[in-house]
Amino acid sequence: MTTATVLQQILNALSLGAIYAVLALGLAIVFSTLGLLNFAYGELVTVNGYVMWLAVSAGLGFWAAAGLGVVAAVVFSLLIELTAFRPLRGASGPAVIFSSFAVSVIIQNLIRNFVSPRPQGIAVPGWMDGVLTVGGLRFPVLSVVTIAVAAVALVALSALLTRSRHGLALRAAAEDFAVTRLMGAPANRIIGMAFALSGMLAGIAGFLWIARRGTVNPTMGFTPLIQAFIAVGLGGFSKLSGAIYGGFLVAFIEVALQVALPAALRPFTMAFALMVVVVILFFRPQGLARAAEGRLA
Amino acid sequence: MLDVQGVSAGYGAVQVLSDVSLHVDEGEVVAVLGANGAGKSTLMNTLVGIVPARTGTISFLGKSIRGWKTEAIARSGLTLVPEGRRVFSALTVEENLRMGAYGHRDRTAAANDLVELLERFPILAQRRRQPAGTLSGGEQQQLAIARALMSRPRLVLLDEPSLGLAPVVVEVVFELIRQLNEDGLTFVIVEQSVTQALDVSDRVYVLAGGRVVAEGTSEEMTAAAERLEASYLGGNE
Repeated sequence: MTTATVLQQILNALSLGAIYAVLALGLAIVFSTLGLLNFAYGELVTVNGYVMWLAVSAGLGFWAAAGLGVVAAVVFSLLIELTAFRPLRGASGPAVIFSSFAVSVIIQNLIRNFVSPRPQGIAVPGWMDGVLTVGGLRFPVLSVVTIAVAAVALVALSALLTRSRHGLALRAAAEDFAVTRLMGAPANRIIGMAFALSGMLAGIAGFLWIARRGTVNPTMGFTPLIQAFIAVGLGGFSKLSGAIYGGFLVAFIEVALQVALPAALRPFTMAFALMVVVVILFFRPQGLARAAEGRLA
Repeated sequence: MLDVQGVSAGYGAVQVLSDVSLHVDEGEVVAVLGANGAGKSTLMNTLVGIVPARTGTISFLGKSIRGWKTEAIARSGLTLVPEGRRVFSALTVEENLRMGAYGHRDRTAAANDLVELLERFPILAQRRRQPAGTLSGGEQQQLAIARALMSRPRLVLLDEPSLGLAPVVVEVVFELIRQLNEDGLTFVIVEQSVTQALDVSDRVYVLAGGRVVAEGTSEEMTAAAERLEASYLGGNE
């Protein structure tokens, strides 16, 4: 393998990792606040995708459609909180798992019945499919855009969490929800913020993911949910920054296996990737992030 | 200031508090004493709405606060420094303090309070950029109290402030309570270390089995305790 291919694969892994990191962070932010997984998280990506598809079909520009998709994901995330989480606050964990899972099934079937069970294409602007050539190295524009968008999202989120009082409250709530309320921070506001941010991150990651695939279909949210879940597990549930490391690690494992595995085994990349994850978690059951380091709560 | 009448509370099928009544006047330090499991922490958690009261009335500053959300009670001026301090260990000392002022509408006042508190607690000023988890137990207790003060409370409930602290440090914490009380702040202190609590308080309630079994001024209680101790030690009463 030449240096150029290695560099290109690293860029590929970085851009895939950027998507996974943003996705995982969106899942982790709700988990850290409520201690509950949102099983309808993948449907945020789906809703984002179908709103984008509708907007593009209606003649809206690609970026305007992407913006609308992110807004839709935020709104939908807040709706999930209102319908699947809030009425069951204080109920057992499994009850909330089932209610969020139900939302996921309902959305998939609504799309199957009212749109189509088949994939729909979203035309990505030509320039995004292009390639930048710098000093003999070829960089896909989409990878560069993906890394840039994800980097901006992560920096903005980190600034929000460390600079604003609401971000501070979110980090405090991730550690001790009851005491955060004792400080006068309303529970509903904190949980609402967590879901809104979760929707925003899912929307941004979803947009980058869709730009990569170019299609939307009813079950498209499943892979992002699983990848985010693995990334969060790998990074460690105790810290938000763990989700970011986990996201990049999952992508590097995936890309490395795609390159290393013989063609006949390539369809089973995911299975091999999960084996690697199992081995890592066998030695580090708490995940990679240690509880005491880092600042991202 | 705080008036509690006939309150009962518990968790699920377990009733912890039965028919508890007590009152706290402005400027007082009131101690709630009792053995482990007497219901002291449950009482504190009930007063701030973490545990719902099943019966009775709780009024604070003339308003009925029973059934209010914790955050609303905190904003009305009644706050709790919980058992075990529960500082936000991943947040810095300063972030913990800023979090304490979350319910504050007036940002400039909160910023001034922060400066004032850092002067009052030099140890916290020294460590303001450190994660609170790196502080010692005594420092964390001071931080927990300072964090509560950031909300400009009228009444502070302290749940076991001496828990797990070295005797010298306990001395510091109680001295702090004394000073803050002289400055006009009202306290309710839950304690297992009876001597310290009697020393700092004006009045005492004794809880046993979730009920108030005795109440009186701290002087009366101290005298009674001394008589009891003397009789145990074979003194001639």
